[in-house]
Amino acid sequence: MSIKIENLTYVYNPGSPFETKALDNVNVEIEAGEFIGLIGHTGSGKSTLTQHLNGLIKPTSGKIIINDTDITNQSVKLRDIRKKVGLVFQYPEHQLFEETIYKDIAFGPLNLGLSESEVEERVKDAMEFVKLPFDELKDRSPFELSGGQRRRVAIAGVFAMRPEVLILDEPTAGLDPRTRDELLEEIKSLHSRYKNTVILVSHSMEDIAKLVDRIIVMHKGKVALLGQPREVFKEVETLESIGLGVPQISYLIRDLKQKGIELREDIFTVEEAKAEILKWIRGNKNA
Amino acid sequence: MLKDITIGQYYPTGSYIHKLDPRTKILVTFALIVGLFIIDTFIPYTYIVGFILATVYISKIPFKYILKGLKPLRIIIIITFVINIFMTQGDVIASLGPLNVTVEGVHQAFFMAIRLILLVMGTSILTLTTSPIALTDGIEHLLNPLKKIGVPAHELAMMMTIALRFIPTLLEETDKIMKAQMARGADFESGNIISRAKSLVPLLVPLFISAFRRADELAMAMEARCYRGGENRTRMKELNMTGRDVVALGATTLLLAVLLFHRIIL
Repeated sequence: MSIKIENLTYVYNPGSPFETKALDNVNVEIEAGEFIGLIGHTGSGKSTLTQHLNGLIKPTSGKIIINDTDITNQSVKLRDIRKKVGLVFQYPEHQLFEETIYKDIAFGPLNLGLSESEVEERVKDAMEFVKLPFDELKDRSPFELSGGQRRRVAIAGVFAMRPEVLILDEPTAGLDPRTRDELLEEIKSLHSRYKNTVILVSHSMEDIAKLVDRIIVMHKGKVALLGQPREVFKEVETLESIGLGVPQISYLIRDLKQKGIELREDIFTVEEAKAEILKWIRGNKNA
Repeated sequence: MLKDITIGQYYPTGSYIHKLDPRTKILVTFALIVGLFIIDTFIPYTYIVGFILATVYISKIPFKYILKGLKPLRIIIIITFVINIFMTQGDVIASLGPLNVTVEGVHQAFFMAIRLILLVMGTSILTLTTSPIALTDGIEHLLNPLKKIGVPAHELAMMMTIALRFIPTLLEETDKIMKAQMARGADFESGNIISRAKSLVPLLVPLFISAFRRADELAMAMEARCYRGGENRTRMKELNMTGRDVVALGATTLLLAVLLFHRIIL
């Protein structure tokens, strides 16, 4: 599913003293099957943008075209859009409400009007993806679980709808490092299995660098930078001027280079850095 | 949809009305409510309408904004209107099956509808021009004399402060949970009453859980800062009545006097 955002503008509380422009003439095109990272400071318009993509917010002006359908058009059924675009909110565990984990995950698929057997298969599948044992947990209450596991149940609830576009708004906020890594791994494996479009909102440059094909950097409601991680992370000054940065490892590489060590400049993950530094050490030994 | 609720929302403009002592504003609003209930003809309404319009003008709050506060109550106003029009005994001027419209009914319906509208407008002006903290401060002060007969003035004011403080938070939370469930295909807007009531479960359960969690956290945070009730607490901002409060109270007294005059003498 391709997404095309044209001249999107959104104003909160128009005409009151609290009027704020959350999105200001945003233009973005996303190809089907892309893994997109969306970063920006608090209040940069990330969340507003993601909510536009499945019709939860109507734009003040501009268009959003998903697979040739303009979803800002009045005649478009929002339920049809929500079948295709899944949105996982920040702290999604706060939206759990059912008596059992099974029922909670099944809520979305049931709303899609699927048959019981199809729903069961999807719930099983979704729980497997987020590494929750189906037989053991399906009849337990979601409120008995730990925070990290509750988060997984909530995310599974959206996975189970099998959206062609999956948007995750800071899915790892407030999680411990291990759960965070596992969760990102699960999202990645879902992406490689279903080839769906994924938009990941995150504050962590490391996560973004590891996972995504392209990065959208938002600042004050505008798209500040857009491109592959390599291109975007080159703009260290711009990123820092808007209160962001580049992955820690990039700073290390830059400092090493300043000390006269010959390394490639476009390194953003620890694995790449390790390979590159090892190569340099071996090169030195041989010389 | 939830953003339409303006009750309890502060609209700062720094006007003359905003600068009044909260106690003055509470007393004026109270007097206005009493006034609305002592009148029995249409003519005194014009004085009250004039008084309210003048207040709105001085307060610099867009009139549109005050009307918006009436929106959530439109159903109650319409129901009151309809019931009054059909259920009042008197000279029949039109019939609709078993229902009779009477002259008295029409009179009563308009009378009640206007009373409701003015009530809501009057009280919205109070909350729009007074910050919640100033408002509860005012209430606490006004209730202070009642402490002697065992009215827990401070506790009541604190509860109100907290309740008012959490209205926007809970609205925001409701909005967020609603959106999250809508993203999972929940439908809050169609279907018959039973299916609509059922569709509220995914909204209400998380909302209650979060309200209880917040209450718990707040109680903990207050205790951590040694809160132990109103005994010996001093305030950062003392309330002071000034010349403008005297003017406002004078104008209100005059209005009440005129209304009473209409009721008793005319």
